[in-house]
Amino acid sequence: MGSTIIEKIVRNNIGKEVHPGEIVTVNVDRVMIHDIFIPFVASKFEEMGFTKLWDADKAVLIYDHLVPASQVDDTRHFRIGNEFVEKYGMKNIHRSDGICHQLMTEAGYVKPGDIVFGTDSHTTTYGCVGAFSSGIGYTEMASILGTGTLWIRVPETIRVNITGKLPPNVMAKDIILRLIGDLGADGATYKALEFTGDTVKNMTVVSRMSMSNMAIEAGAKCALFTPDEKTAEYCGITLTDKERDLVGDADAQYCQVIEYKAEDFVPVMACPSNVDHVKPVSDLVGTTVDQVFIGSCTNGRLEDLMAAAEVLKGKHVAPFVKLIVTPASRKIYREAAANGTMAVLAEAGAIITHPSCGLCCGRTGGILTDGETVIATNNRNFLGRMGTSKVNIYLASPRSAAACAVAGKIVTLD
Amino acid sequence: MDRFTGKIWVLGDDIDTDIIIPTEYLALKTVQDMAPYAFSPLRPELAGQIREGDIIVAGKNFGCGSSREQAPEIIKALGIRCVIAKSFARIFFRNSINNGLLLIENDKLQSDVKEGDEITVAINESIECRGKQYPITSLPQNLVDILNAGGLVKAMQRRNGLV
Repeated sequence: MGSTIIEKIVRNNIGKEVHPGEIVTVNVDRVMIHDIFIPFVASKFEEMGFTKLWDADKAVLIYDHLVPASQVDDTRHFRIGNEFVEKYGMKNIHRSDGICHQLMTEAGYVKPGDIVFGTDSHTTTYGCVGAFSSGIGYTEMASILGTGTLWIRVPETIRVNITGKLPPNVMAKDIILRLIGDLGADGATYKALEFTGDTVKNMTVVSRMSMSNMAIEAGAKCALFTPDEKTAEYCGITLTDKERDLVGDADAQYCQVIEYKAEDFVPVMACPSNVDHVKPVSDLVGTTVDQVFIGSCTNGRLEDLMAAAEVLKGKHVAPFVKLIVTPASRKIYREAAANGTMAVLAEAGAIITHPSCGLCCGRTGGILTDGETVIATNNRNFLGRMGTSKVNIYLASPRSAAACAVAGKIVTLD
Repeated sequence: MDRFTGKIWVLGDDIDTDIIIPTEYLALKTVQDMAPYAFSPLRPELAGQIREGDIIVAGKNFGCGSSREQAPEIIKALGIRCVIAKSFARIFFRNSINNGLLLIENDKLQSDVKEGDEITVAINESIECRGKQYPITSLPQNLVDILNAGGLVKAMQRRNGLV
């Protein structure tokens, strides 16, 4: 019997065949800790009685949720993080370079076939390059820092096969939102997603990243794409035979296979206040919009900013709308400045902020109040995520979000 | 076998971690500081009403959302003895076991109970409410070992020879 991608990754890691449902201990290739949880990781690590990291070079610390500090107490997280880095000899630290999930792939910390854990649920992102990556809590992170290992249950796999050519104005974000709507917020819980078909083969790694990023919103443990030449170019590597073999075998066992025709996709939004509450944008037309947010680890990349700029070029946002644009990293910020994207956004009336998690986690730059509506390109629209619990958050693609900013209400793209 | 009885609080489907503890309170110094804000986007008064030994009964996908471990820690700090839900989100499930918070999956109980009922739980055996029994499945042994050690910190302390 053949294997799915996740079964191959785990097999290669532990050196024996595995099957869904088995509980095995894996050797961790890389870990990511962000600023919100470093104080807890540090204290649990020492409370557990560890005195050194299993491998200081495999740990990455990234300040992103709290950068720059918006509350006095945030600075405590930076101080504790800096002390931890110094004390345990860590070299991989980013203090203001961008969002953790962007940096992990952008800065080359993750490669195909790796097993990676992070203290953030959107750690599923690195499946875009064929890595098994998943979110964990700070206590487990502390135990990995000491032991280099973690138990996992080998997940069943849901295969999502997409074939054909996407209609204009449909972005990867529309695909993943539709899938989450179809699966439900718990439809892939404890399971791996595996994306196949010529539609995803033709996508950029960055578009794949938007999809693997949001897999957790259907409960998935990970979301995997087969590494190809685009992956190799993105990661700056030459693929090995082992990496090329990270493809689901024809006779692999899938617990579910979902087929989509690319031509059937339309622009959609996730409506308040669940990510699986997905409707076509055409059903929502006319809703007044107070704010638009384009950014986050889901949709803050250069291709996202360029897609928004294409819609905004030569236009201006509605007078009562605040359009907040937050590049996902310093590198993206520089590239968008260099290729003229920033100028288009600025001329259209965007408020362009520093690279960080920003408004996505509801701590800085654009908090909303009761009755207000925001169209946002990030990954969660939970109650209270961006201000009070009576804020209406609609999740959308960068193109859809940009069009709404100009109209001051929800509109379809022409 | 370990048995306990408690009063229940009933919550719905998809109780996410932003409901359990909103991000704006995550930078407070201790879990005790955060606990009064538990469930505040949904039921601001709930945290003040929960008493030691109470039980939460919820629908599907309890604990979905972020990896914030404060979610199970706060539920434990409020005195909740265990959470019974139709299903749990993956990261929340791991975090709860690692912090010694007992979780039980059962999808029959919800339609028969109302808030304020008393139920009895026999760990790894059954739940009893109003004379009716609801069988529950056992946890895998590696998780029982972590729970029995009192959570992952204590299990690691044992590994490192501290206890």
